Amino acid sequence: MSGYLIHSARQLADKIYEYWVEAPRIATKHAAGQFIILRLHDHGERIPLTVVETNPQSGQIRLIVQVAGKTTEEFAQLKTGDFILDLVGPLGQATHIHNWGNLIVIGGGVGSAPLLPIAKAAKAGGNKVHAIIGARSKDLLILTEEFETVCDEVRVCTDDGTFGTKGFVTDVLNSWCETGTRFTYGIAVGPVPMMRAAAKTMGQWGIPGLASLNPIMLDGTGMCGACRVTVNNVTRFACVEGPEFDIHGVDFNELMMRNRSYINEEHEAVEHAHQCQLNEMIKHVRAEA
Amino acid sequence: MSEQKRNLKAHPTRTPMPERDPLERVKGFDEVPLGYTEEMARAEAERCLDCKNPKCVAGCPVNINIPKFLREVREGRYQDAADTLRTTNSLPAVCGRVCPQEEQCEAVCIEGIKHDPVAIGNLEKFVADWERAHRTITTREVVETTGRRIAIAGSGPAGLTVAGDLAKLGHDVTIFEALHRPAGVLAYGIPEFRLPRAIVKSEIEYIERLGVKFVYNVVIGVTVTLDELFEEGYDAVFIGTGAGLPKMLGVPGENLIGVFSSNEFLTRINLLGADRFPEFDTPVLHAKHTVVVGGGNTAMDSARVAKRLNQARVSLVYRRSEEELPARKEEVHHAKAEGIEFSLLCNPVEVIGDENGRVKAIRCIRMELGEPDASGRRKPVEIKGSEFNLECDAVIVAVGNAPNPILTKATPDLELTKWGTIKVDPDTNETSKRGVYAGGDIVSGAATVILAMGAGRKAATAMHEYLMNLPAKQNMQAS
Ligand SMILES: Cc1cc2nc3c(=O)[nH]c(=O)nc-3n(C[C@H](O)[C@H](O)[C@H](O)COP(=O)(O)OP(=O)(O)OC[C@H]3O[C@@H](n4cnc5c(N)ncnc54)[C@H](O)[C@@H]3O)c2cc1C
Ligand SMILES: Cc1cc2nc3c(=O)[nH]c(=O)nc-3n(C[C@H](O)[C@H](O)[C@H](O)COP(=O)(O)OP(=O)(O)OC[C@H]3O[C@@H](n4cnc5c(N)ncnc54)[C@H](O)[C@@H]3O)c2cc1C
Ligand code: SF4
Ligand code: SF4
Ligand code: FES
Repeated sequence: MSGYLIHSARQLADKIYEYWVEAPRIATKHAAGQFIILRLHDHGERIPLTVVETNPQSGQIRLIVQVAGKTTEEFAQLKTGDFILDLVGPLGQATHIHNWGNLIVIGGGVGSAPLLPIAKAAKAGGNKVHAIIGARSKDLLILTEEFETVCDEVRVCTDDGTFGTKGFVTDVLNSWCETGTRFTYGIAVGPVPMMRAAAKTMGQWGIPGLASLNPIMLDGTGMCGACRVTVNNVTRFACVEGPEFDIHGVDFNELMMRNRSYINEEHEAVEHAHQCQLNEMIKHVRAEA
Repeated sequence: MSEQKRNLKAHPTRTPMPERDPLERVKGFDEVPLGYTEEMARAEAERCLDCKNPKCVAGCPVNINIPKFLREVREGRYQDAADTLRTTNSLPAVCGRVCPQEEQCEAVCIEGIKHDPVAIGNLEKFVADWERAHRTITTREVVETTGRRIAIAGSGPAGLTVAGDLAKLGHDVTIFEALHRPAGVLAYGIPEFRLPRAIVKSEIEYIERLGVKFVYNVVIGVTVTLDELFEEGYDAVFIGTGAGLPKMLGVPGENLIGVFSSNEFLTRINLLGADRFPEFDTPVLHAKHTVVVGGGNTAMDSARVAKRLNQARVSLVYRRSEEELPARKEEVHHAKAEGIEFSLLCNPVEVIGDENGRVKAIRCIRMELGEPDASGRRKPVEIKGSEFNLECDAVIVAVGNAPNPILTKATPDLELTKWGTIKVDPDTNETSKRGVYAGGDIVSGAATVILAMGAGRKAATAMHEYLMNLPAKQNMQAS
């Protein structure tokens, strides 16, 4: 087998999986905010994933993947000892860490994974780091303990109230600000509607900051332009100029729209895969019979 | 042989290239030109005057000894002809297909002064294909290794040429490629029906047999910096990272769903197999009417791929007239035969979308040709008030590529021109950084396969000299 060895694989939450993968060059090079692009097999799609942590000594990188469609579903079936065919990186710009002072980082769903290294780097850069970690439900919360060890204060919320405060991350941000805390900078990572809402709330409290965007990507090297986003009315290529941009300049509606480009095909891909699996199963059953 | 007795007046016109029927070929991705038979090849080679001062050789950027290989074809010595090609051209099967011969070797062919020029490109294709079919591609005799290690960034025609040339001289060569597959534009840009994958594959295998190592998924400058390559023990580096940064339209609506750069559209299909979705996982949008903006080879390729993908209407919008189309004549001819509609002298001003953000029309303005500009071409000017909507559901933007900045941005000590191309010594292709050479589209801006190879050849010669004059390795490590 050739490719990139999965050293360990485990499930973190409902449909969320964690992997340590051997990729020594990336492990020594990666900085917070950067990502990789991988392809699982010869018919596979190239998909981007954030590098959550690295271990330069062992040459491994940590990936956290949420099942969203065909490729991530296939990824979820991989086990310790399996290989990933192609893996390239680190791509994108590293987070430009400044001493912003009183920082608020906001993670929604699996977005908490890309947020973790940014929070760590910001802390190391001398910031006071506060975090809001949100998810739809308790079963989908990840990394809260790790945020506890990195941040000065962490508040957790779930949409359905099964853990932490009941409500959205923006509700928590509002109440936090209402008690008189002044955040001088904010970084939000999560589903596009969440980042759009966070931008609005941050705007209301006069907090500048960044969002880490997740457009569709192909090559990740600036060659195709699939990852185009509009920021402050200018077209930018997120894979080379981002993925982080001024949260108050991003056209989130366009991003949401573009991410739905292949919505029909995505369903078709999953169905095709399930059909193939079914056919395989039928073949097996027949063979055994 | 009785060369003198040839009747040179017998064939004033060139042997036509048999082609797949246009209505049939748009149903698939099979190669369009079917290739000469042996008889056709020999008849066409008969037309060469075997000039004392063969202009054609000077017209070829890698100076193939054209009269010699044509003589060998005439005499049926195809293996010798193949060897002649390979002495100066490591990718003959590619060049025979995609070279703009009509502007190079064939443009200056002496037979072409009075009659049709000799079909040098078609014959190059014939010989390279013969060689492939007869599996006689020779592995060079083993040369003594020099102990020098060379890293190459990018596996396009420039990088492949440097790799081939230096490996033949006994150097230890590794190519680092950012994508998961080799060959640059030859793999992700130029479509199968112009350049079959099997041919690219066999050319790569040839380079591999010369001992060149390929490492994929490495972005030089990012995954490994140039300085780190030297620290890892490489003695010299060649940069052949190409012109892979698509220009967009810069008009409202350019980010609507259904607007693609030609690179994205072609990459989805050529590199990722989206035409075979869902068997392959990468999708591509299917359109009833695709509008391609641009007039170069990339525009023709995109239009012809869209035709094959969708079996539906495809139009091409170009702001000048047919006369100025930068694409090769042959490609324009093929596109027309396949039913691509040409909307000339018009230019997009806006892309219009529906409520879901999907393209529903492109708004264009008509143009007329005004005074000649600096390039000597008549400048297109807008006709006021002539805007009109062309209904469509996909737009492919093929208005050019700029140099890919990913390596150069990560390497601030590399001197660039104001266009973002890498500055090199014109005689050696050495950059401002010692031991680092560059060539191909990253130096010239978007150009051609053969020019990239020519640059690679020049760089390889200079690199060889540089490498042979380096102090012995032990000394270097001690110092
Ligand atoms: C810079 C960046 C970092 C990311 N980091 C992570 C991460 O750490 N963990 C994680 O779980 N996910 C991450 N994502 C999202 C992840 O890439 C997508 O979930 C994945 O590509 C979906 O592929 P699929 O085939 O499983 O689903 P599909 O069926 O293809 O798509 C499901 C949805 O995912 C989005 N999507 C589809 N294709 C892509 C693509 N090529 N690139 C981006 N989004 C796509 C679309 O919104 C789509 O509707 C990141 C995306 C980007 C751009
Ligand atoms: C659609 C299309 C059709 C064309 N048709 C013709 C034609 O008919 N005839 C003709 O002569 N020319 C044609 N051209 C132009 C021709 O293909 C190019 O001029 C030629 O390929 C340039 O070669 P190159 O080696 O400089 O770069 P490229 O072929 O662009 O290859 C560069 C390679 O470097 C890789 N790379 C980039 N950055 C890095 C990095 N940092 N580290 C590692 N790898 C990296 C890229 O992934 C790519 O594989 C066409 C171009 C296109 C796009
Ligand atoms: S390589 Fe190109 S220019 Fe040179 S002889 Fe062949 S077709 Fe002509
Ligand atoms: S210039 Fe034309 S006729 Fe003369 S040698 Fe070259 S190919 Fe033959
Ligand atoms: S993913 Fe292709 S340019 Fe960004």
